[in-house]
Amino acid sequence: MPFEALVAGCLAYVALMFGVAFAADRAASRGRVRWLDHPAVYTLSLSVYCSAWTFYGAVGYATRSGLEFATIYLGPTIVFCGAWWGLRRLVRVARMHHVTSIADLISARFGKSNRLAALITLIAVIAATPYVALQLQSVSLSFEVFATDSLTDIPLAGGGGTALWVAAGLALFTIVFGTRNLAADERHHGVVTAIALEAVVKLMAFLALGVFVVWGLAEGPADMLDRIAQAAAGHDGWLLKPDRWTALIVVSGAAIIALPRMFQVLVVEAADEDRLAVAGWAFPAYLFAMSLFVLPIAVMGQQLLPADANPDLYVLTLPAQSGQNWLAFLVFLGGFSAATSMVVVCTIALATMISNHWLVPLWLILRRKPQTGDPEDLRGFVLNARRLAILAVMAVGWVYYRATGGTAALASMGLVAFTGMAQVLPAMIGGLLWRGANRQGAYAGVGTGFALWLALIFLPSVGIGQDPALPPSVDPLAFAICLSLALNTLAFIVFSIFGMPDPVERLQGLSFVSAVDPVRHGRMARGADQVEPLLVMARRVWGAEDALRFFQSEAAAQGKSGYLPDMTPRFLTRLERRLAGSIGAATAHAMIDSVAGGSELTVSDLMQVATEAQRAKEETQRLENARAELARTATQLREANDKLTALSIQKDAFLGQISHELRTPMTSVRAFSEILRSPDLSDADRDRFAKIIYDESGRLTRLLDDLLDLSVLESGQAQLSITPANLHDLIERALSAASATQPQRVFRLDREPLAEYVGVITDADRLLQVLINVISNARKYCDAEPPVLSIRVRRTLRGGAQIDIADNGSGIETARQALIFEKFSRLNDPARAGGAGLGLAICKEIMANLGGEITYLPGQGGAAFRIVLPRRPPVPADAGLRRA
Amino acid sequence: MLDILMIEDEPNIAEAVRFILSREGWQVALHADGAGGIEAIRGAKPRLVILDVMLPHRSGTEILAELRGDQDPSLAATPVLMLTARGQASLSLPQADAVLAKPFANDDLRAMVRRMLN
Repeated sequence: MPFEALVAGCLAYVALMFGVAFAADRAASRGRVRWLDHPAVYTLSLSVYCSAWTFYGAVGYATRSGLEFATIYLGPTIVFCGAWWGLRRLVRVARMHHVTSIADLISARFGKSNRLAALITLIAVIAATPYVALQLQSVSLSFEVFATDSLTDIPLAGGGGTALWVAAGLALFTIVFGTRNLAADERHHGVVTAIALEAVVKLMAFLALGVFVVWGLAEGPADMLDRIAQAAAGHDGWLLKPDRWTALIVVSGAAIIALPRMFQVLVVEAADEDRLAVAGWAFPAYLFAMSLFVLPIAVMGQQLLPADANPDLYVLTLPAQSGQNWLAFLVFLGGFSAATSMVVVCTIALATMISNHWLVPLWLILRRKPQTGDPEDLRGFVLNARRLAILAVMAVGWVYYRATGGTAALASMGLVAFTGMAQVLPAMIGGLLWRGANRQGAYAGVGTGFALWLALIFLPSVGIGQDPALPPSVDPLAFAICLSLALNTLAFIVFSIFGMPDPVERLQGLSFVSAVDPVRHGRMARGADQVEPLLVMARRVWGAEDALRFFQSEAAAQGKSGYLPDMTPRFLTRLERRLAGSIGAATAHAMIDSVAGGSELTVSDLMQVATEAQRAKEETQRLENARAELARTATQLREANDKLTALSIQKDAFLGQISHELRTPMTSVRAFSEILRSPDLSDADRDRFAKIIYDESGRLTRLLDDLLDLSVLESGQAQLSITPANLHDLIERALSAASATQPQRVFRLDREPLAEYVGVITDADRLLQVLINVISNARKYCDAEPPVLSIRVRRTLRGGAQIDIADNGSGIETARQALIFEKFSRLNDPARAGGAGLGLAICKEIMANLGGEITYLPGQGGAAFRIVLPRRPPVPADAGLRRA
Repeated sequence: MLDILMIEDEPNIAEAVRFILSREGWQVALHADGAGGIEAIRGAKPRLVILDVMLPHRSGTEILAELRGDQDPSLAATPVLMLTARGQASLSLPQADAVLAKPFANDDLRAMVRRMLN
């Protein structure tokens, strides 16, 4: 097959993956997740476990070590056989706590300690980087198989350029589909669907090759078995080594849970725990299918290919050698799928951990005031941190691959990663099952395991340090695995026993452990006499009505009438979930146990209850505050009512005053108009009386105008026309208009004209009205001789202006100063001079409408008023609404 | 002897009342403020007092009360016609002999004054 065709086919395949991921993401964003959530998709996505190591390396492994390769399939198979018991609970806890990675899970269990998460992230990064490098190597190696004709002369690090392109493409894919959003549940539908498809390709390719090998190259299963037996004889890899095998089964079983990419697909991407029912048998079946033809391929490769051909590449070189170009291409795609899916998921998982546990905490520490950041800000940072981490992981993997020049055996790097992540497992399992496990224990265990793993496994694997000197009967890998895991577990237990967990940790511990064992069988199927206490308890939590409604509907669901359902596990579970929504999972569990299960409350249960009681107390406090708020509202309402009553009285008084003010001029008008009808009037009298009628009707009109004006101003509905104005001009106009009042009086003006040039933004006509009124009042009431009117203008600090207008008369007595701005305040004034006493009330309302005020200035040696203007008038409350 | 003393602060109303009553041949005097009202009555000893309720400084009701409490029984018994601009609601002024609401018909005023003087 030409190399160009291979590249083209490969690119087409990559494009297909992009398309599938994009379509799945689109479907998910439109809420069509039904088929995306199918257990089959989930099971297939788990096959990310079968990386290029398994795809290519298993055959190489089998060639070198015989049946031992099977251990890496056996471990996961054993774990999945117990999926319904164990993994289901792991998934439940993880989803309950919205866990995003294995580091997150463990840190959440141990009091949400980020340092612990950071440590686990470090292990994951160290373990995974060579592993990523390995995948890049496998892809470039497989390219080389097609690029060169020779089977033996393939340089291990020959395709550096290929690896770079692959790394770049994978980084792009991962960034595009792995960091589209920050979903709360961290699910990536596009990625998972693409991986499920790749899993199918992987399986098909391997099965097709196996069939070809067994029936095409060999002569059927019987012949194949003969050949295998032949190969097994005298090969030390075929000897059963219990210690090594056990150790390998244990680590591979641990890896299926603890590897970052496995945790990602197994736990984080799982929508719920139910799909494990399918995956529990389907995934082992997948593994079995993948391993079925490993031995035949290995044996045939050994027999048909030159002795120095790389056994890791038998799967490719066998069909290529036999001229099966299409099969070789299919196998190539299978290997490519295995490598890419592993790299993508691994990178996403690592990037999530790096950004969540390294970069974001660092960022929050570096920023002095984290609370000032808005969530959007952090969200953007997290996404970018994740993209950066993806690039970094990919780049480090590539650099590692280039720097080490490729590793001879694919399998060994895989095992290094497995054993590294297995160090996390004791803390995880212990945390899930044992309430006494605590953070010190987790630190000690993970730390010990990490150190031993570094010293015994990781550093030797990269050529630093040496394997410890061991008797020949002891397998070094098994020794290292056993030692590190044993000391890890021991340290975890010892430190947990002697350490003291803090309250958060206790709470989390209880929550984790009780979720793992949510339904206690001991409290099932008791008599109805136990149900009533439950109802009493539920009433305390929800209130009588809600509790009765829940119990009645539960009883109805069981086909019973009344309020007391049978104590079925289903009912208890539902009750606990409902209660958990109100009072927290831990308390709900403890409460139901205490009533229904009869199991004893432990000290930590009680502590939990106390913690949550504290929360309840805070809630009560909140309610108390709400009650106080209500009381305040009631008081305010009462005040408002009093005010309304007072207003009503005022309104009556006001109507009386209006009546008086209207009747007075009408009396004159009516009397004189009757008088005018009499024939015997002198012309002078007639003229005089007509003028009185004219004046009094004018007075009536003015009164009505004032009343209307006042009511408009008081309601705040006055239409203001806001313009810039110069106070000097306004004062000039006001003086000239007011001179019509008592025109015979000549006032001396005391002004500072230059200071009056102050620009204001206001309703100039309304302000002019106020100025005229105040100046007219001065002209009317100033009783000094000679009368002096002084006007002062000043800018206020806030950009407004103030105008003081004072005369030199006797002023207003202190007692009346508070009243002059009231309506009809001049009613009993001897000098009311025909005015109804609305002028200053109108002025007051105008100034309020303009956002300023008018006040009486006492102690100025005469009547003095201060008019204060704001920088600009306030926008009326309803103006914004009208615009909107 | 003065026929009528009128205490009213609204000059136009006072003018109208005086014009109407003068044309009937009565002698009408005027006082334009609540303050000094009772002294004006004592000084003039009119046959009839026309008293506005709402007066500056001192209300018509106060003046009426003081008049009714005067030591001189004949003065205390002076007939009083109250003028009010407060409408029908406040027509009950027990110490007054008659109450007239503003605005009034000139004939009503004349008839009322005539009845009170006879």
